[in-house]
Amino acid sequence: MLQIRNLAKSFGGVKATNDVTLDFPDGSLTAVIGPNGAGKSTFFNLITGALRPDAGQVLLDGVDLAGRSPPEIVRHGIGRAFQVASIFRSLTVQETMLAAVSADQRTSAVLHKRFPLPETRDRAEHVMELLGLAGKRNRTAATLSHGDQKLLDIALALVLEPKVLLLDEPTAGMGPEERWRMIDKVRELWESQKITVVFIEHDMDIVFKIAPKIVVLCYGRILATGTPDEIRNNSAVIEAYLGTEHAGAAA
Amino acid sequence: MTELEAGRAETLVPGRGVTTVWERYRDILIALIAFAVLASLPLFTGSKALLDFVIRCSAYGLFATSLNLLVGYTGLTSFGHGMFFGLGAYSFGLIMQRLGVPIPIAFVATLAITAVVAAVIGAICVRLKEIYFAFVTLAFQMLIHSTILSWASFTGGDQGLRGGIPRPVFLGVDLSNHIHLYVASCALLILGLLAMRQIAQSPFGYTLRMIRDNAARASFLGIDVWRAKLTIFVLAALFASMGGMVMALFVSGAYPEFAYWTISGEGIFINMLGGVSTFLGPMVGTVLLLLLNDTVTRFTEYHGIVLGIVILFFALGLRKGLLDFVAEWFAHRREAGEGR
Repeated sequence: MLQIRNLAKSFGGVKATNDVTLDFPDGSLTAVIGPNGAGKSTFFNLITGALRPDAGQVLLDGVDLAGRSPPEIVRHGIGRAFQVASIFRSLTVQETMLAAVSADQRTSAVLHKRFPLPETRDRAEHVMELLGLAGKRNRTAATLSHGDQKLLDIALALVLEPKVLLLDEPTAGMGPEERWRMIDKVRELWESQKITVVFIEHDMDIVFKIAPKIVVLCYGRILATGTPDEIRNNSAVIEAYLGTEHAGAAA
Repeated sequence: MTELEAGRAETLVPGRGVTTVWERYRDILIALIAFAVLASLPLFTGSKALLDFVIRCSAYGLFATSLNLLVGYTGLTSFGHGMFFGLGAYSFGLIMQRLGVPIPIAFVATLAITAVVAAVIGAICVRLKEIYFAFVTLAFQMLIHSTILSWASFTGGDQGLRGGIPRPVFLGVDLSNHIHLYVASCALLILGLLAMRQIAQSPFGYTLRMIRDNAARASFLGIDVWRAKLTIFVLAALFASMGGMVMALFVSGAYPEFAYWTISGEGIFINMLGGVSTFLGPMVGTVLLLLLNDTVTRFTEYHGIVLGIVILFFALGLRKGLLDFVAEWFAHRREAGEGR
């Protein structure tokens, strides 16, 4: 279980994450939404060690990971994918997967053997199949389509067999149809892998349709948490999202 | 450095599928054949100039290929890699002159000294990125160079290590004999290349590629980027130092120019000439540069202009090194063939 306790981070005078406390039970699927600048990505960066929190705890199964380095946090089982696909442009899909498994098996500093090590094959193969990348295994990552690059990014996180998977806008930059395919994939992964998935998403249709639980962030604070129905009818959320529109309608 | 970066995309290098044990034996086989050819050269030619040329290629080839481990494989563009070439030459020369130990011991001791110095300098430098890394390595190079110049009582100052380096016979090898020195240089070159090839094709070699492409992502896979960079910085220094030792043996001395920044510059130059996205690119670049140097200086005193034009041709014309160019050309042809 991933427990966030009183997490806080300020940039200058701006409180990007302000006293956030949340629980993500094992095997849950949660969407994080919020207006631009709500602190969604900062929230992910604090959990994964890209940023050091000013205060608070990030407890994974009771172990506090707050302020540790990204490699340490990854090794404890929190994997992430990025808003802009973060991949290794000159490696092929297969090499990317094999090298990531090597990193996870702590053989990434081995000098005396040839790449790839035989024991990395099965896991790499499995995840390539899972994400439908097996047919593109010999393609160089830079030559993949935008959607496939996003999938490869997720595959990189998934191949480490994390307990918690954080997806920062898996559908960013995609057309409507591609978005649905991607989010179906995410849901399918969540169901088949039995891992905790937290994802950031802008498209409300997607969020309300697939996320059993939603967290709404606004100005670094939790505005609301709950099921899609609860969030839909929450007045604070309506205010934050639709307030200006209502004001416009009134005028 | 855009042309270096452009050359980094290893998209079109052929034979990049899943490796097998065969690949390793293939490398060893190629190495053995190359060594056999080089070592038998004296049987066919009495040309001392040719053998000297190969010895110099060995020294510079080890140096330039080790620089490519940093530039091409890890994305660390060091402008101070020549310091380890100079350090190797001076350490080896000084140990031989002052301690009179057998050559293999001086060789190993020099590698040990290089490893320590490289670890200290690397620990400071590899935290820095891009241009900052380049310039701090350059600064260390200049520091070592001025130390050599000013510590005249120990290093001979601007005169260099004079009086020759003693080359006592060990295990039946007499390095004061030209042929022995030649074969030993070839052996060191081939062994060095083989070791560097192994590094490049090991899991660690792929870790380096990941760091080059996207260091932040590598750290989110659990890789300690700083440690990996420091490791390759030290390993590359060892091979540069080996090159320096071959040079010291060849000229039977060591001179401040060996540690001057121009050596690092030539290393970068060689990598641009030969290409950084193929393992043997720097070796091709070495042969090209030394050939150019030797021929051009014979015809004109303005050899700098000629070399400058050549590098412009490679940088602006081909936009990559020679071997990269050839490798891509073959890959294109193969793709065209498959398309039919």
